[in-house]
Amino acid sequence: MRTMRLAEWVPLILLAIALAIYVATALATGQSQYLTVDNLLSLLGRSIALGITAVGQTFAILVASIDLSVANLISVAAVLASWIMAGDPAMIWPAVAAVLAVGAVVGLANGLVVTQLEVNPFIATLGMALLLQGLLSASFNNFAGAVPVEFQVFAYGTVGGVSISLLFLIALTVAAWAFLRFTRAGSNIYSVGGNAEASRLAGLRTTRVVILSHVICSLCAAVAGLYLASRLRSGAPWIGRDGVYDLESIAVVVIGGTALAGGRGGVWGTLVGVMIFSLIDSIFNITGVDAFAKQILRGVIIVVAVALYAARSRRIEA
Amino acid sequence: MSPVFELRRIEKRFPGIKALDDVSFACNAGEVHALAGENGAGKSTLIKILSGVYQADSGTVLRDGVPVHFATPLDALKAGISVIYQEFSLLPDRTVAQNIFLGREPAGRFGRLDQRAMRAETERVLQMFGERRRFGADTLVGALDVAEQQLVEIAKALSLDAALIVMDEPTAALNEAECALLFELVDRLRAQGRAIVYITHRMPEIRRLADRVTVLKDGKVAAAFDGVPEAGVIVNAMVGRDIGDFYPDPPTAPPGKVRLKVSGGGNARLSGIDLALRAGEIVGLAGVQGAGRTALAHALFGLAPFERGTLTLDGEAVRLASPREAVARGIVLLPGDRKAEGLALMQPVIDNAMMTARAFSPLAGHPDRTRHGTTADMMAAFRAIDLRAASVDVPIGSLSGGNQQKAIVARWLAMDPKVLLFVEPTRGIDVNTKAGIYQRMRALADAGAAVLMVSSDLTEVLGVSDTVVVMAGGRITATFGRGASEAAVMHAATDAPQDRAA
Amino acid sequence: MSDGPSPLVKFLTRINPILIVLVVLVIVIAVISPNFLQPFGYMNFLKRAAPIIVLACGQVFVITSGGFDLSQGALATLTVIGSSILLGMDPDGTWWVITLALMAGVLVGLVNGFVVGVLKVPSIIATLGMMISLTGIALTWSGGAPRGYLPDAYRLFGRVLIKDVPFVTILPVAVIVAAVVAAALWLLMHRTNYGRLQHVVGDNPRSAAFAGVPHRRVRTLAFVISSVSAVLAVILLGGFAGVSTDVGTGLELQAITAAVIGGARLLGGHGAVGASVIGALVLQAIFTLLNMLGFPKPLRDVVQGLILIAAVALAAYRRRRSGQ
Repeated sequence: MRTMRLAEWVPLILLAIALAIYVATALATGQSQYLTVDNLLSLLGRSIALGITAVGQTFAILVASIDLSVANLISVAAVLASWIMAGDPAMIWPAVAAVLAVGAVVGLANGLVVTQLEVNPFIATLGMALLLQGLLSASFNNFAGAVPVEFQVFAYGTVGGVSISLLFLIALTVAAWAFLRFTRAGSNIYSVGGNAEASRLAGLRTTRVVILSHVICSLCAAVAGLYLASRLRSGAPWIGRDGVYDLESIAVVVIGGTALAGGRGGVWGTLVGVMIFSLIDSIFNITGVDAFAKQILRGVIIVVAVALYAARSRRIEA
Repeated sequence: MSPVFELRRIEKRFPGIKALDDVSFACNAGEVHALAGENGAGKSTLIKILSGVYQADSGTVLRDGVPVHFATPLDALKAGISVIYQEFSLLPDRTVAQNIFLGREPAGRFGRLDQRAMRAETERVLQMFGERRRFGADTLVGALDVAEQQLVEIAKALSLDAALIVMDEPTAALNEAECALLFELVDRLRAQGRAIVYITHRMPEIRRLADRVTVLKDGKVAAAFDGVPEAGVIVNAMVGRDIGDFYPDPPTAPPGKVRLKVSGGGNARLSGIDLALRAGEIVGLAGVQGAGRTALAHALFGLAPFERGTLTLDGEAVRLASPREAVARGIVLLPGDRKAEGLALMQPVIDNAMMTARAFSPLAGHPDRTRHGTTADMMAAFRAIDLRAASVDVPIGSLSGGNQQKAIVARWLAMDPKVLLFVEPTRGIDVNTKAGIYQRMRALADAGAAVLMVSSDLTEVLGVSDTVVVMAGGRITATFGRGASEAAVMHAATDAPQDRAA
Repeated sequence: MSDGPSPLVKFLTRINPILIVLVVLVIVIAVISPNFLQPFGYMNFLKRAAPIIVLACGQVFVITSGGFDLSQGALATLTVIGSSILLGMDPDGTWWVITLALMAGVLVGLVNGFVVGVLKVPSIIATLGMMISLTGIALTWSGGAPRGYLPDAYRLFGRVLIKDVPFVTILPVAVIVAAVVAAALWLLMHRTNYGRLQHVVGDNPRSAAFAGVPHRRVRTLAFVISSVSAVLAVILLGGFAGVSTDVGTGLELQAITAAVIGGARLLGGHGAVGASVIGALVLQAIFTLLNMLGFPKPLRDVVQGLILIAAVALAAYRRRRSGQ
């Protein structure tokens, strides 16, 4: 049987370290109420939007591309959803369909610009980010519309004591894992990300694979936007950018062991990365770090995390 | 009976050169057809046309006598052509089975992979390798050594049930035992009735395996033999002249003082290295791929420095932690992979040549007047070594391999080097320019520099070097003077290194 | 007659096509608004363009050496907010505050260079991380709600006009500063060893290292130049923009767009300071035109995003056609 390589343990080791620090902090500050199972579950619950976005980002990075437009797409999706719904339960499904359609179109556009126009994916998706933000800010400058109570179930509902959104994130991760692991399309994503030239020589239509990954990535960001609309009960044009979902989703994917160069990693690692980030957030909360100072530390942690992985892959290379 | 595959009167042009000119080539079932030729003779272009990567400008490709057109590599695959490139097209992070089925995975409904079928078929194909196989369908390719990875490539071809298998210098990275296994496999593939194109420039392999030989030179068929002639005949066809006057005469004076000396040098790739490079001497470093030749040159250049042992330059102990430190002390390296390691391809010729002189001058200084000479000096140096370019302002990527290398030589000459490390100096360089490079190495040595040459071309090592040092497994296994035999060197290179008592 | 093409023909064939785009844009603007041809019209345009010119000239160093600097905008924001707070404590401290800001710029550039060069973090990630950290510092320092103002001594560079200048009547100090910075960076890029090494490192860092080029130092210096240019740009911008947490938002993308319009090659190897200045003017001209046509301000972003993608796609297309 195939054995797990040391590299695949790194995310879990990091998770264990983060968990240990979390427990130690809670005990040291005498706040043992943070250590209940409920509390640990709600930890992940606070990172649903990041989790959904990062599962999508995993696809883009696996295929050796990247998507910097997810944060702005999240804003577009959230505003669009709450504006179409406008408090009317009958409009829930039309709104969801419209948001998913926008996500698919944005992903298709990103994929086409990267593959057909051969624009560097950083620039292609940065350009897309500007475009989306511009269109959104031109149309809305504050909370728009309202999400009916029925749709708030997505963020606030529970089934057997577990929140629906958490179950959704887990289901999404399982589905993404199964897709990558058991389907031909999933296999192609790894092949093209691992060596595009070899895949082309073997007869794969590499551009389609890249486009598909971008569509999946954008669809996930659109769903994350729906979730945030449900949670905030309304959409505002700044929520994606405020959450720094672009950089954070990339960071958790990398921390989860997916190579920035593509072809290696997977969505379970990404979920571990999300949990690590939630724990770090909670440690800040327990210790009462100022919200803005938290942002400084996040920037530092992201860069250090990526540096750790860069150092690791360099050793493999040498 | 018509051949399985046939290329008829193929022509292919690239901007500036005619890569293939009226080349015809046929492969019969149950035959090994050796394709020989120097670097740049057109072998890889021919293979890329056969495998659908390039399309010929004129001429026809025939399958069982019927003209076919391969617009993509997939078309050629479907027609039964499988190519094992020198640079393997394997994915290290995927399993053996996933690699074998790359791009043609069996899938059921909703695109669900049939992993059981993939494993079963992979195991079936791997049976052919018998005892030698130490891996299975689920092994990650990245965990295999080079010889095993080659088996995976061959398994891929077998699984495709290819009628024609092309092997591009398949023994480049193999040791003696692995070569023997490969030859056995080729015999069995032939017995199965497959056609095999075997690309190599090693005469013993042609003698051992081939049923017929075609020699390419400068994009044309220089000779085609129904059968296998004497090695000398093939070599003459490849080189186009007698080898005798190809190499420079040995020096008249004995080597001078020791310039660079390593004692007990070692790092992750090397151990127990004792080597002295003398003024006026050309030392040739031989060995199979992965023996540590390039690692040694890189250690001497501070790129992957020694972690053990001592290094002295002109009698003074030195530590080199980076190429910059090596260059500052007069140790320079001419990389074989010029595009990746030697040149900035988009930049003008003059900027590539002036790179080092500028790097060792004040950053704010004028780029045409450095501490190590002016642009005018450099242009004079170009004339002296006959570097030919439309202008010194054209991108160096547009020059021929030989002229590119001259620019790198000119770069180093401006720094007055004490030790020159040549890595694969004639890779990608046409035959006529080679002699000039050998003469220049000789001249540099005669002027008092120490020269080390790493080369995979054994004929070249034996022809140019005053001393031949052979490496295997990261150690030096033998040292020969002038006149060593090819067989003796090969034996030292492929023999498992003996652990010497300290 | 001398042999070969005349100097005039040589000059015409070497004209950057982007210059023609600029001329066309200026003509269109002048037709819509004839006031533009008055000194007050075009000098005001140049004054508005001055910060982008300075930013683009700094950014093009990072692009030429093979990276991106996305922290320019956040550094600009931090500079404005920090300056207003420090000057609130010492209204006469303009000079030491500016010196301190420039030193902060050097420090940010050194850190970016270290993270990219030594820690091997891709420059996009490294500078994005720097961007959110710097924004965090700005928010923490101002408590999230910046107050205060910048004293006139500080705003001099951005807003003061020198009157009664021959030919042009008025000359904004910002234009002088931008011209001096652009000229200095042009010399550095095109007339020094550093500039040539910069191209080589961006083209192929491995070859550069093999040739003994101090590639880490070269790349780090590029980040320092970029950061310092961001500080200088915001001192100009401070003259006509208020104190807020989003004063610098998006400036880095404008700088990248300007450099790319000016023909800088993404991932390194080619970049020109003069062409980046023209790129910045083209971008500012497009913004001016959109403004005249009554486009809402956010749509500038849309247009800028499209220009960015189009410029890179066009470069890729031309490379495909000429290469191979």
